[in-house]
Amino acid sequence: MTAISACPACDAVPAAQTVAQQDVLSDQSLALSVPQVHCGACISKVENTLAAYPGVHSARVNLSLKRAFVEAEPQVSIDDLITQLAGVGYEAHELDQGALSATVNDKARRDLLMRLGLAGFAAMNVMLLSVAVWAGAENATRDLFHWISAAIALPALAYTASPFYKSAWKALRARQLNMDVPIVLAIVLAVVTSVWETALSGHHAYFDAALTLVFFLLAGRYLDHRTRAAARSAAEELTALEVPRATRVDGDTTSTVAISELQVGDLVLVKPGGRMPVDGEIVSGESELDRSLLTGETLPVFAKPGQNVSAGEVNLTGPLTVRAAAIGADTSLQRMANLVAIAESGRSRYRSLADSAAKLYAPGVHILSALAFLGWYVFTLDVRTALNIAAAVLIITCPCALGLAVPAVTTAASGRLFQKGMLVKSATALERLATVDTVVFDKTGTLTQGTPVVTNWAALDAEAASVALALASGSAHPLSQAIVQAGAGGIAAELSDIQERPGFGIEAVWQGKPVRLGRCDWVGAQPVEGTAVYLKVGAETAFAIRCTDALRPGAAQTVSDLREQGFHVHLLSGDAENAVEAIAQELGIEDWRAEFLPEEKSEYIKALNDAGHRVLMVGDGLNDTAALTAADVSISPASALDAARVASDIVLLGTDLSPVTDALLVARRAVRRIKENFRIATLYNVVAVPLAVAGLATPLIAAIAMSTSSITVSLNALRVRVK
Amino acid sequence: MTVLGILIPASLLLGGLGLFGFFYTLRKDQYDDPKGDAERILSGDYDDHPKP
Repeated sequence: MTAISACPACDAVPAAQTVAQQDVLSDQSLALSVPQVHCGACISKVENTLAAYPGVHSARVNLSLKRAFVEAEPQVSIDDLITQLAGVGYEAHELDQGALSATVNDKARRDLLMRLGLAGFAAMNVMLLSVAVWAGAENATRDLFHWISAAIALPALAYTASPFYKSAWKALRARQLNMDVPIVLAIVLAVVTSVWETALSGHHAYFDAALTLVFFLLAGRYLDHRTRAAARSAAEELTALEVPRATRVDGDTTSTVAISELQVGDLVLVKPGGRMPVDGEIVSGESELDRSLLTGETLPVFAKPGQNVSAGEVNLTGPLTVRAAAIGADTSLQRMANLVAIAESGRSRYRSLADSAAKLYAPGVHILSALAFLGWYVFTLDVRTALNIAAAVLIITCPCALGLAVPAVTTAASGRLFQKGMLVKSATALERLATVDTVVFDKTGTLTQGTPVVTNWAALDAEAASVALALASGSAHPLSQAIVQAGAGGIAAELSDIQERPGFGIEAVWQGKPVRLGRCDWVGAQPVEGTAVYLKVGAETAFAIRCTDALRPGAAQTVSDLREQGFHVHLLSGDAENAVEAIAQELGIEDWRAEFLPEEKSEYIKALNDAGHRVLMVGDGLNDTAALTAADVSISPASALDAARVASDIVLLGTDLSPVTDALLVARRAVRRIKENFRIATLYNVVAVPLAVAGLATPLIAAIAMSTSSITVSLNALRVRVK
Repeated sequence: MTVLGILIPASLLLGGLGLFGFFYTLRKDQYDDPKGDAERILSGDYDDHPKP
């Protein structure tokens, strides 16, 4: 173990040996997401903290992924490790190893890198020999150099270019042309004519051109793969954060089990703050349920025994025991997620710029080189000359620069967006984003934070405020938390006999008087419009503490920026009309709809589409997933439900909404660069193709044209990063 | 020209060594965390005992 390794399996070896001596139980390997790790000092601090914990054999931080991998004895609980890290100031989350496995060993990336390295090695060596030939090596020396080049190039091309062979073969079998068909034809033709020329001790061999071509194209493929793999691994991390566990009640005992192990009829305990793992019926307990992720409603719903609950709802106040009626794929959560598959995807209608270019380019190149071959054959009646020129035409037109034009730009643009806190999941998302003229927002959880804020705190007198603060500080209910936040810094009254009545509120005794904070009818108050919690002190009239859903940071700025830049902004919500109207007015959105069902949302977007608009949908709830899929391009915040994140093209990592405007700007700039790149590549062809057709192209000219166009295109792509 | 008989194999051998080194480091996962490795080299923690 001399090499530094981030592979948990390698780390496990010494650890496994020590354990084998003392314990039959095998070690566990844990993965933690540590988003705040950013420097060398953080690495040592986190690793040392984890390693110092009893039972931990080794800990290793991966700074690129911001994860920590831990090898520990089976009795070590991951919650303890998270507490330890919190103690030294690092927020940590458990990651589900199963959901992560795909990125830990990214075989495809390694395979591409291996091919890229080999192609680079072969191209450099062959280029070295070619330079000697161009510099004037003659006769036997030139032939020797050509033969050595062939000996390096043939096996190297057979191995490194195999992804292109496979892809071209697949396209041909489906009777289609893709970008890889002319590439493969160029490689094969170059190799055949070069070997032939070498055997006849000719002057020109294209081994170096074929290898450089493969090298540049592989570089494009690698960039493309890396961008998407980075986004995929981060997206997987979000999925892995939701560790699928549930508390099962077996008689008097409870046990924590994986959700997949639950069966219909099992009793499941859901603690306050927990999410319903199954569909079912409440057996015991009273509480309130937050259904905002499923329906967009902000007001919690009262829950009592006998009532049905759906997976995905969040339990707020009291513990609930639920009898599972549907699990896993049968839950309403999953059924709603499946709606997405039915909704017509905006993506499938879109053809990427690279595909459109290939569609124009591939037949053009084939016709051109076939014409060159025919013309020269008729002119000279010499197959060798004609084939040489046809090969030169194919190599010079070959889409080196085209292969780099799109991936180089998307890599640079995705990197820039990642710095701003956005994760681009789809390869064509930026291109689609650049065409957008209409932005549709969801309300709850997207424009708003989904957590309430007290609006009339100042209207409470000091005594009542201190009582409310004292009552609220004992509860995890979102409205209580809002009161705690509003009264932060104030003095809490001294209460006795504090009791939380799940589903109703909190009561206590203050200076001999009974005090209550909670639901309207329980407190005995006149209901007011909107979200409110009621405070009653002794026999006084109850006071309504009004709450409203606070706007997400940057929401107001984003909406006004978007409107300024000429985008149409719409607001669709499943929430009640007055709540939606208030937000719409605050943000200045004229087109808003309330109490929309999921199907209505996606139909609304389709109607916009039919009217000729290109739509960006920003949403987080399960009720948005169909709309997210129907839109041309979609963004969801990281707090969204898994299904919504899967349905969207871009994930917003922070809480701030303002990167949405940046994304639209960067996307437009990126597409401008892609089109410039196409133009640069075409310009080179316009200059070089006549030379090739006229039979004036030498391998030296081909090498220069190819390298300069590829390098110009890459440099142009980097301009996306600069503001 | 006989010097080519030495120089060409020598250049191929040296290039091959580099290629072998690249494959070795690739197999040992040395490209998995470039950012972390760049930071680790500055820390004195592993000077005496390289971390496995």
